[in-house]
Amino acid sequence: MEALAHVNYWAAIALAMIGLYAIIAPSNLIKKLIGLGMFQSAIFLIYITAGKVEGGTAPIIDAAYEVYSNPLPHVLILTAIVVAVSTLAVGLALTVAIKRAYGTVEEDEIVEQDRR
Amino acid sequence: MDAQAQGPRAIDLYVDILLIVLLVAAALVVVSLRNLLAAALVLGIYSLVMAALWVVLDAVDVAFTEAAVGAGVTTVFMVLAIAATGRHARVTHRRPWLPILASLAVGGLLIYGTLDLPDFGDPQAPAQQHVAPHYLGQGEAETGVPNIVTAVLASYRGFDTLGEVTVIFTAGMGVLLLLGVARRRRMDARDDE
Repeated sequence: MEALAHVNYWAAIALAMIGLYAIIAPSNLIKKLIGLGMFQSAIFLIYITAGKVEGGTAPIIDAAYEVYSNPLPHVLILTAIVVAVSTLAVGLALTVAIKRAYGTVEEDEIVEQDRR
Repeated sequence: MDAQAQGPRAIDLYVDILLIVLLVAAALVVVSLRNLLAAALVLGIYSLVMAALWVVLDAVDVAFTEAAVGAGVTTVFMVLAIAATGRHARVTHRRPWLPILASLAVGGLLIYGTLDLPDFGDPQAPAQQHVAPHYLGQGEAETGVPNIVTAVLASYRGFDTLGEVTVIFTAGMGVLLLLGVARRRRMDARDDE
């Protein structure tokens, strides 16, 4: 069990790095936004993991339970998920606007058109 | 710690690891797919598995927000945007080892950073000490809401939630302006005259 004490953090880092790769490597703008979304949820995983208390239950007060997980990360991430979706919507709208202006959503083709 | 208390917790950890493996697999599939529509749908699956993981980690409010907003609304937005921009990503000819190297380097540094973090589920961790015990102990008496997440979101931190709503409103305005909905409507009105 000792070796697994940080497994959730490592998983979150692995997911974040897959997201980071998906932001840098593809030239397609939609693919980059997908990577951004994966990076964001990886950060959420770090927060929720930090709030988990061993043997705890969901932070809804009831006489039958005594140990609860920390509610604060839940509140933060609840807000963050909604904000993430709004920023993603703006990003996707920008992509659609770029498609209208340039006729493509591939980054290198857009840069090439700008050079001309 | 007796064996009876150890049992359910061990199962929690196994379910946790199983979901993590599914998450990483889904993430790798999303990155490797060149068909964007398929990638968006697998991203929906990724979100749903993430929602299951939130339940295992006791974050039930986050779980249903993730299932509704992350797996639902996000996928709808993605599919709409892909319908407007084309569903096939072009093959990239650029060197792939540079981003892989950058990701591995950043990941390695971050994993080095986790070694100092408190153990998973440690009740003595600093994050568990500060205001959380007050909310858990006094929350129901002070706000009348047994769900402490709701109590903090709507009562203790109500103004912050108002700020969040402002962000959503601004984002909505931004999307409408970017897509030129207002301008097109004005042009239609001018055509009618």
